Amino acid sequence: MLELVNVNRSFGGTRVLRDVTFSIAPGRMTGFVGANGAGKTTTMRIILGVLSADSGTVTRDGRPLETADRRRFGYMPEERGLYPKMKVAEQIVYLARLHGLTPAAAQRNTATLLDQLGLGERADTSVESLSLGNQQRAQIAAALVHDPEILVLDEPFSGLDPIAVETVQGVLKERATRGVPVLFSSHQLDIVERLCDDLVVIAEGAIRASGSREKLRAEFGESRYELEATTDIAWARGTPGIEVEALDGATVSFRADTADAAQNLLRAALERGGVTRFTPQEPSLAQIFHEVIQ
Amino acid sequence: MTDYKEPSFANSVTLVATREIRMKLRSKAFLISTGILMLAVLASVLVGGLLSATTSKTDVAATGAAVTFAEAIPGLNVTAVDSVDAAKKLVREGTVEAAIIPAEDSGIGVSVIALDTVPQSLVAQLSTSPKVELLDPSAVNPVLAYFAAIAFGIVFFMSAMTFGTTIAQSVVEEKQTRIVEILMSTISVRALMAGKVIGNSILAFAQIAVIAGLAAIGLTLTGQSSLLASFGPSIAWFVVFFVFGFVMIAALYAATASLVSRQEDVGSATSPVMILVMLPYILVIAFNDNPLVLAIMSYVPFSAPVGMPMRVFLGEAAWWEPLLSLAVLLVTTAAVIVLGSRIYSNALLRTGARVKLSEALAR
Repeated sequence: MLELVNVNRSFGGTRVLRDVTFSIAPGRMTGFVGANGAGKTTTMRIILGVLSADSGTVTRDGRPLETADRRRFGYMPEERGLYPKMKVAEQIVYLARLHGLTPAAAQRNTATLLDQLGLGERADTSVESLSLGNQQRAQIAAALVHDPEILVLDEPFSGLDPIAVETVQGVLKERATRGVPVLFSSHQLDIVERLCDDLVVIAEGAIRASGSREKLRAEFGESRYELEATTDIAWARGTPGIEVEALDGATVSFRADTADAAQNLLRAALERGGVTRFTPQEPSLAQIFHEVIQ
Repeated sequence: MTDYKEPSFANSVTLVATREIRMKLRSKAFLISTGILMLAVLASVLVGGLLSATTSKTDVAATGAAVTFAEAIPGLNVTAVDSVDAAKKLVREGTVEAAIIPAEDSGIGVSVIALDTVPQSLVAQLSTSPKVELLDPSAVNPVLAYFAAIAFGIVFFMSAMTFGTTIAQSVVEEKQTRIVEILMSTISVRALMAGKVIGNSILAFAQIAVIAGLAAIGLTLTGQSSLLASFGPSIAWFVVFFVFGFVMIAALYAATASLVSRQEDVGSATSPVMILVMLPYILVIAFNDNPLVLAIMSYVPFSAPVGMPMRVFLGEAAWWEPLLSLAVLLVTTAAVIVLGSRIYSNALLRTGARVKLSEALAR
């Protein structure tokens, strides 16, 4: 369990992180979402020790993080970087060795990972002559090669084509099922929606919401329903506890203050004729996100 | 896990240094320029040797009584001919430089015939000079001193420039490609900087060693080993001073380069260091005959690697002076490393505009 408690950081008088507190649990994929400049990258850099926090703590299982712990982290920075003139495999092996792997293990992990990511044939190509998407895959290999105990990935999916996104998703999921806590940020809310177990939402340097997806849904997703009756349903307006959002003939979309209010509306509709459809609408992550950062 | 071993500081430094060396050795530009430099050193030694070997004898023709006279003078290659006309013919053909013929009216009993110019060196050899006594004989030939000054100056300048620039570019490459963020989350900034400085220093020392070796072999082969003996102690001091002086320069290059984020800005950011490297080169060439300037140079840390060996060569330095100057250099190098690594670690993550030195030194 990796925990951040009341982490603050300012740059030249501007406070970019305000009492940031959240945790990343083992075996879970935690999505980290927020607008540009909200403080995602700064938070990740502080976790990795690349930046220091002005105040607050980052602990792992209750102990403050040290350089030796961080060496066992896997990190993918927001701005990609590998040595352009080094060959892909050579470079990944080098990074693995810096992380402390033995030469044999570094070679073995590199080969396995490059194959897994579909880069096996490119192992001896210099990074600068790879396509952007393949550079991105190499970058992911660099973050994973030393079998990290915690993964922190800044925008791991940006710049990938849909097939590559699936490959990378698969690789990350596999790490998570092995018990590795994975924190990743992304602008692509649909990917986060598909992939994450937990969610952390940051806006203007402050954590606005964090927890499991289900918890956030319950907390922030207002109950929305759609009902299609056999007769005109204009009467639904003005029902107590119901706020009609859209009305079109016999179809209505509404928010209900309570589950009972929705049931009452359904009962009333049945009394007046028939109901062909009654669907509770799950809020999408995008909706929750908008809700939370408003 | 057997696959994993907690890396020590030394492990990290070794890995970084090895990478620096491997990448540099892969650069064609570096290999070619090193090859040219080596050839130039070898060529200058060989050409120097050949020139000194061929200029030693002058071809002359002589006739009659002048033959015995000419043969008694060292440095002449005498061809005996029957008549003055035959001697003149050889001069016209260019087979000999001049002819020496008997002459009653001349003070020394011979006269010289040449084609179109007065053969000054021959005339000087034939003339009798008064005995000269020097009150303060200089131990070292001034031409040789000038040669030594250029050699020390240029070798230090070239190596410091080549490898200093390499370090600067490597620092900025990591900053520009942002791989520095991965590196910083993996190993300490000190290990990163130490690895770069050590890797490039090893390359620089190797280059110097090869140059020195080539020069020594060349001098021995061309029979100039006496020259080698007179250079010996000063070359030894040069190597010692170079080791520490270069580490200092390397740390400065790393620190100043870390202030900028683009390769295009490396030149302007590192230009103050470049001036520090160039000054000793210019000064030693201009003032190698000025003991005061050399004495000052031999104690200022930046010029000591050139100044002190020069004074040792000229025999101007007392035995303790190189040691004192080395101590000054060591202290300065240590201070530069401390300051340099602070600048380096503070500036590494700041991209975009050039980082102000005062900001990089803060905190």
